[in-house]
Amino acid sequence: MGSDADASRPSPPIGAPSATNTVLELDDVSVSLGGRTVLEDVSFSLEAGEFCGLIGSNGAGKTTLLRLVLGLVTPARGTVRTPLGGRGPKIGYVPQKISLEPDMPLRARDLVALGLDGHRLGPGRRGPAQRAAVDEMLEAVGAARFAEARVGNLSGGEQQRVMIAHALISRPRLLLLDEPLANLDIRAGQEVVRLLAHIAAEQHIGILLSAHDMNPLLPVMDRILYLAAGRAVSGSTDEVVSTETLSRLYGQRVEVIRTHGRVIVVAGTDAADPTHDF
Amino acid sequence: MPSPSAAVTASLAPVFEPGFFSSGPVHVALAVGGIVAIVSAAVGVFTVIRGQSFAGHSLADIGTAGGSAAVWAGVSTIFGLVAFNVVAAGVMELIGIRRPRGRDLATGIVLGASLGLAALFLYEDTISSSTTGATVTVLFGSIFTLAPGTTTIVAVLGAVSIALLALLYRPLLLSSLSYDLAAARGIPVRLVGGGFLLALALAVSLSAVTIGAILSTALLIGPAAVAERLTRRPARAIAVAAAVGIGSVWIGTLIAYDSTVWLGGESLPVSFCIVGLVFVAYLASGLIARALPERRLERRPGARDALALPEVD
Repeated sequence: MGSDADASRPSPPIGAPSATNTVLELDDVSVSLGGRTVLEDVSFSLEAGEFCGLIGSNGAGKTTLLRLVLGLVTPARGTVRTPLGGRGPKIGYVPQKISLEPDMPLRARDLVALGLDGHRLGPGRRGPAQRAAVDEMLEAVGAARFAEARVGNLSGGEQQRVMIAHALISRPRLLLLDEPLANLDIRAGQEVVRLLAHIAAEQHIGILLSAHDMNPLLPVMDRILYLAAGRAVSGSTDEVVSTETLSRLYGQRVEVIRTHGRVIVVAGTDAADPTHDF
Repeated sequence: MPSPSAAVTASLAPVFEPGFFSSGPVHVALAVGGIVAIVSAAVGVFTVIRGQSFAGHSLADIGTAGGSAAVWAGVSTIFGLVAFNVVAAGVMELIGIRRPRGRDLATGIVLGASLGLAALFLYEDTISSSTTGATVTVLFGSIFTLAPGTTTIVAVLGAVSIALLALLYRPLLLSSLSYDLAAARGIPVRLVGGGFLLALALAVSLSAVTIGAILSTALLIGPAAVAERLTRRPARAIAVAAAVGIGSVWIGTLIAYDSTVWLGGESLPVSFCIVGLVFVAYLASGLIARALPERRLERRPGARDALALPEVD
């Protein structure tokens, strides 16, 4: 993970929020995997309580960016800071794929409890305090009803709730979710998004959620981090999702169409448009 | 008038044929079989959870090479089994990568090489007149001809395997769900995976001593598969699997022993009896699971969503 005690750290960009509330800061980060540049000069910061969508198509580098924040990928250049303080796991993480067989002998509540102590050695005995914490968290994500069910038997939306409870029970200040809406129907997806927006505000947690479609997130996003071809642009939705900004990011003419409160990004018709001025 | 205990003994006589409880080889068989059943059950539950049944089966086949090499070298088969399986597990971990497909590939490569060695050693054992019976012993076990000292070795290695499993319990569960999730929590995922492979190698080796190298998968996977159908918690699954394993081994041993009397000199192979019982237990568990109310009672009745969240649009 990026160092956080170095004097060489570049000063934060002008207008950056005070460091006390910042839960994530990337400064000019580049990542290469197998000789290929996956992320290039990405700068970004996230505050506690903010809901940020990490938007980009498949292969844009969303998962790599999340793994970078988790310390599973080392940056080639630049620094990643997660000034969260305290001990224990302060970043909650909901991976895109978990392998859950339907018959796996593991209840939803067991999975949530692993969020509390899954990194510890030994089988462990959980006392009333731990059980109460698990119950409370299951309640908070609306999963109490199926707490006793095998996780593998739950629907995609139910599993997402359980995974969110698993990630939140260690009281992180930053929550990362990798494509949590990918395999959900529209209704289940909306419910998960509402739940997360509620959690971000209520528990003052910074949320970074990756998705290939920004539309389900439009009502709740405070910020957007848009990735294309390894490069990123961030800001408010209105700043980022515009024909000019995205054309510059993609390096080709794209058009942003807003209709019925939805946003569609399509390749522009004028291929000769000289927008290569970045 | 006969005493009550004599009456009980008399009524059980058709079940326990004469000499079952006073036979030295039976004592060893029951002790070794019991330990092996518990170790296999505990390791088996994690093998099933982690989706590593193929690795378990491969280690069983690799044990064939180890067992036959031990016979060829003139040492106890258990040493060959443990040595080959632990080395094979290490090689599998070294060349295996974290994706399940890579893991299967690594397992397959090590398996193929080992079976080649098994062919060599079994051939050598067969053409040497002093070890002609080795093939059957290695492949199908020798629970009634175990040396008394075997009990100690099996107990020690079994304890190592169980201790390893107990130590890695929670990180193992977490890393079974997602590599990245566990790694993000600071769990050394490869070390944990390697530790589990070691526990698996030991369990399969012990099982091979009892019911034979190629049948040892049955004792590893069978009871775990039964338990998975009957319970929802990992710890209970281990308990249920252990009970099924011990029951199959002990009753199977009894049936094999009694069969000598029933069949007038002929006898059923003990491995056949044990594996047969495991399979019967598996079939029965399907019926029991369907009859259990637990699947339907998994969800509490009530509102569709206990959490009332504000609508956003």
